[in-house]
Amino acid sequence: MSVAFDEKVHKTLADANLQLAIYKATGRLIDHRKHAVGGAALPDYQELRSQANALKRHTIDHLDHYLEQFEANVTAHGGQVVYCQDAAEVADFVLRLAKERGAHLIVKSKSMTTEEVDLNERLEHHHLESVETDLGEYILQLAHQRPYHIVAPALHLTRYDVGDLFARTLGVANETAPEKQTLIARGVLRQKFLAADMGISGANFLVADSGAIVLIENEGNARLTTSAPKIHIAVAGIEKLIPRAQDLATFLKLLGRSATGQSLTVYTSFLSGPRREGEIDGPEEFYVVLLDNGRTRLLADREKRQSLYCIRCGACLNHCPVYRKIGGHSFPWVYSGPIGAIITPQFKGIEHEPALPFASSLCGACAEVCPVKIDIPKVLLDLRAEEKRAEERTGRNRMERLAFRIWAWVMCHPRIYEMAAMVAAGMVPSENGHWLRRAPAALKLPPVQAWLSQRDLPPAPAKSFRELWRRR
Amino acid sequence: MSRDAVLQKVRTALGRTPGEPIAEPPSVRLRIPSVDLETRIENMLRAVEALAGKTHRAASAEDARAYVGGVLGGRSAVASNAPFLRQCGIVDLPGVQSGFTDRLALRELCATADVGITSADYALSDTGSLVMLASPAEARLISLLPPVHIAVVPKERLLSGLDELFTILPRLAEQTSSMVLITGPSRTADIEQILVRGVHGPGEIHVVIL
Repeated sequence: MSVAFDEKVHKTLADANLQLAIYKATGRLIDHRKHAVGGAALPDYQELRSQANALKRHTIDHLDHYLEQFEANVTAHGGQVVYCQDAAEVADFVLRLAKERGAHLIVKSKSMTTEEVDLNERLEHHHLESVETDLGEYILQLAHQRPYHIVAPALHLTRYDVGDLFARTLGVANETAPEKQTLIARGVLRQKFLAADMGISGANFLVADSGAIVLIENEGNARLTTSAPKIHIAVAGIEKLIPRAQDLATFLKLLGRSATGQSLTVYTSFLSGPRREGEIDGPEEFYVVLLDNGRTRLLADREKRQSLYCIRCGACLNHCPVYRKIGGHSFPWVYSGPIGAIITPQFKGIEHEPALPFASSLCGACAEVCPVKIDIPKVLLDLRAEEKRAEERTGRNRMERLAFRIWAWVMCHPRIYEMAAMVAAGMVPSENGHWLRRAPAALKLPPVQAWLSQRDLPPAPAKSFRELWRRR
Repeated sequence: MSRDAVLQKVRTALGRTPGEPIAEPPSVRLRIPSVDLETRIENMLRAVEALAGKTHRAASAEDARAYVGGVLGGRSAVASNAPFLRQCGIVDLPGVQSGFTDRLALRELCATADVGITSADYALSDTGSLVMLASPAEARLISLLPPVHIAVVPKERLLSGLDELFTILPRLAEQTSSMVLITGPSRTADIEQILVRGVHGPGEIHVVIL
């Protein structure tokens, strides 16, 4: 575990208010989802999950075909597809276009993909104003923080934090009621929308047979971002493709319900190109940036490829006992929770944060609630194996490997095992029947101490199982 | 060119060659329940109300016009070019402006009007959603910029849900550059998960079924 990761985890665990905020927010989202997918609310929920999984598997397995089909259809409707290999290429494209069109002010709707490439920072570095317009994201931009959660980005901040922040950064009165705070943000951002030269959105789905992007949201900021300015750029990972518009009947039923328990979010936009002849409003230019940024690296592995099925609903975060304790900012990259634990090392290389796949109890809750049935625990195990093989190659953790080799040998020799067990039981004080919380005097070794710092050990029984079996 | 580089990487990772045929995709899954018109109307009204939207079931065009007039109460409004609004006489109500074809003029008016009035191409009765296709009849900003949105929808346009919508619009992208489903008033829960209505879009929505 890296020092930074360890420190952030401990800081989060020690903050009682933050613990309560995470627990309450995720708990509420768990409840909402349960009511939206359970029983009569959605009787064919499991069939829809299977269909969504089959569709994603098919699309990812033939991704080159669907990318080209999508591109051809966007072009046919007067839009343009731009492929980018990494963060720098995305920024370069936006900067070049902004310069050519004389654009200065950009409005942005919520997009994890643009977070992934630090687009705002890169644009601001070149003196463009890029404003987040989702309320949560706007708050985070003012606070210079990254999202805490895929769908509830500012869940770690209280209304008092927001009141102070708005007063300090916007020079308004310190309001603590969310209604008033929302009105303040609406007022500031409305002016930005009407003055903006360019709108940048993400995309929840890319529809190959239509050349369309689909955006789901509750506030209306994505609609404004994609309708008010003359130029609309959508930035999406290449894995966001689905084959047909008709497949949305499957995905839309799952996404809102899994994320926030809504049968449909307030706005679902299906956008296929710039405004057409006769249409009164809408953008004059329409671009879709298709981003690789490590995704093709992951695509090569048949088993782990399923990590790309993710539709970013956030259900795995809410249901994860680890996320619910350590929160979103403990994770090393923009994607947190179980899905972050599997895509971060694969997008960025396992060496980026080798401890990540190990920060899980493998309880399986994430797989159970995943609307596209990604077997996250299986992928975590594969990544663990990969990391261990890398350690072996590079000669790291020699002691650990030696210890496990001895362990394996002992387990294969019953007599020696029995003797070892007797010795061990003798070292663990058991007479008072209490669980052991720290290493006993005879076992004060760093690995034993580290192990017991996170776990308690039950008292050794008076007689071992083997003994009882013999005297049966 | 990054285009070729990305496509090449994708093909290498998948072990595919350019233009290689694909396996048959899973068949489309569309299940349309049979719901009679009366039930669709009831479902629609109930779903909109559950989202804190207001509803009115109009007995006649005159009744629809009177309801809209009551909501307006003399406030300024911009109405879309939907023929149905004209037929109901809604565009002739006092304070209502309509007939815009210029992007900038429309935007300016939408930014200051108190109410936006539209029809809808379809509605999804199970979720209480309005389906709006951008066209010369319906602009995008009328249902978005003013703080109040009124939609007047003929009952024949009520569909059972998403499956029926995508069944009757299989080639949607050929028809319009933008379709939006509107399900209740604009809302957020980004601050302490406390529900607030009317963030960037209308915080008040009225659905009139005729």
